[in-house]
Amino acid sequence: MIQTLLISVLIMSAISAGLAAVLVVAEFFLRNYGECKITINGEKDLVIDGGGSLLASLVEQKIFIPSACGGRGTCGLCKVKVPDGAGSLLPTEEPYLDKKEIAGNMRLSCQVKVRNDLKIEIPEELFNIKEYSCSCEEIRDLTHDIKLFRFKLIEPPDIKFTPGQYMQLLAPIYEKSKEEVYRAYSIASDSAQKDIIDLIIRFVPGGICTTYCFEYLNVGDKVKMNGAYGEFRLSETDADMLWIAGGSGMAPFVSILHYMKNTGNKRKVTYYFGANKVKELFLLDEMRQFEKDLPNFRFVPVVYEPEEEWNGETGLVTKAVGRNEKNIADCEGYLCGSGGMIDASIEVLKKLGLDEDKIYYDKFA
Amino acid sequence: MNITPQITQAFIVCISAIFTQNILLSYFLGLCPFIGCSREVRSSVGLGLAVIFVMTCTCALNWILYHFVLEPLHLEFFRFIMFIIIIAAFVQFVEMVIDRFSPYLYQRLGVFLPLITVNCAILGACLFMVIRNYSFIVTVGYGLGSGIGWFLAIVAMANIRGKLANDLIPKGLQGPGITLIIAGIMALAFIGFTGVLAGQ
Repeated sequence: MIQTLLISVLIMSAISAGLAAVLVVAEFFLRNYGECKITINGEKDLVIDGGGSLLASLVEQKIFIPSACGGRGTCGLCKVKVPDGAGSLLPTEEPYLDKKEIAGNMRLSCQVKVRNDLKIEIPEELFNIKEYSCSCEEIRDLTHDIKLFRFKLIEPPDIKFTPGQYMQLLAPIYEKSKEEVYRAYSIASDSAQKDIIDLIIRFVPGGICTTYCFEYLNVGDKVKMNGAYGEFRLSETDADMLWIAGGSGMAPFVSILHYMKNTGNKRKVTYYFGANKVKELFLLDEMRQFEKDLPNFRFVPVVYEPEEEWNGETGLVTKAVGRNEKNIADCEGYLCGSGGMIDASIEVLKKLGLDEDKIYYDKFA
Repeated sequence: MNITPQITQAFIVCISAIFTQNILLSYFLGLCPFIGCSREVRSSVGLGLAVIFVMTCTCALNWILYHFVLEPLHLEFFRFIMFIIIIAAFVQFVEMVIDRFSPYLYQRLGVFLPLITVNCAILGACLFMVIRNYSFIVTVGYGLGSGIGWFLAIVAMANIRGKLANDLIPKGLQGPGITLIIAGIMALAFIGFTGVLAGQ
């Protein structure tokens, strides 16, 4: 019995080792394409050992192309634009590409072999999603339950993001939480300031990450975050815009305003910002400054129940939009805030004649 | 040893593996690539050819392994694992060779090779040849026939799906749904061949 067992294990190991040896030798002689250079988006060069698939080579370099089938050419997700160096289209790729994609040099990266220098183009987002370690540089109280956290990036030292995108902040294991969790927060800082990330966070009672940020995070502490993610951004049209936000939903708009200021954008913007009380409004000075810097930007704070003298808009922010805006069919709507506020805003904007596909928002759970 | 009767038997086994005992339509092995890669005739032809080649070669290799290594050592129960290892290594090796020496062949055939490492029709054929006690020559015939049978089935399916491309198919049946129904009907037709052979 034991003898059989030993023999079988031995034989199997011997055969497997023999085959593996043959493959290793074959790979050494046959798959030796030397070093190849992959140029990504004309900006970044990666030098890798040739012979593997493009998908695997990119993953090795920590550039993650979405793929569901693990590179077997059956899911068709790992499409990448390869303008140069991929050779002709393979029959394994054809079923997954339409005529337009073929004409645009799209390829399935799991089927393209790296045999020589390649040029590829991938969406900036994929290229730019990284994990950043950073230190908390400043914590500023905005209202009684909203703070602005400023982080300085350490490694990598700078970030490229599109204003409107969000980061995922890692709350480490601490006294009140036994596991690490990631939570998404929109970036509020100027995208031209590449080493700084501002996050505006509202305290959620019992929330793992917000409790960490509000009660445990101190200036000088190190944290990790990854990103940037999200499709919420300024469209490339000239249409007038209606922005509606509440609470920490302020964040992406601050970043977008910086961007508009930097690029001299003259689009007309009316920004409705809702708060319960006057003292829950924040960044008012900054908004007034943006109104001066951007000729067509108007900030309209709306207070639900003013507890002191208030000569601005009152009531629900959505009602204020309904009162003030007419004929907005040619506008675009940008929303950021709680799920309830977003749903209510979409209702109001649709009633005012805005098409649903011109309303942009990132809904955070 | 007279090998003429063996060649005759190999020929008969080959023909029956193509039609009456079609590995795909009678045993339903290798369905995953059959459904996945039958969208286009060109790629189905390439995949089918690769299957013919790999099936013939690995059946022969595994026959040698089984009768000269596993059987003398009484390790027949090991065949499942060993066959898979041989198939995987062989496919890897052939892919590398083709990739290096013939870009044309690689484009037509080589790219499909990694896809069929896990094609269960190949392991199935190797196991059948053991169960049925085929001799070496018959095994080669059987591997070749099974491969051709698989090839015919997937090419036929790709043609049918090409014809269906412009038809209105109910939403729930699009893709794999209608493909499986067609495969079932094709399987019924192939059962008909059994009668042809039996009638002789």
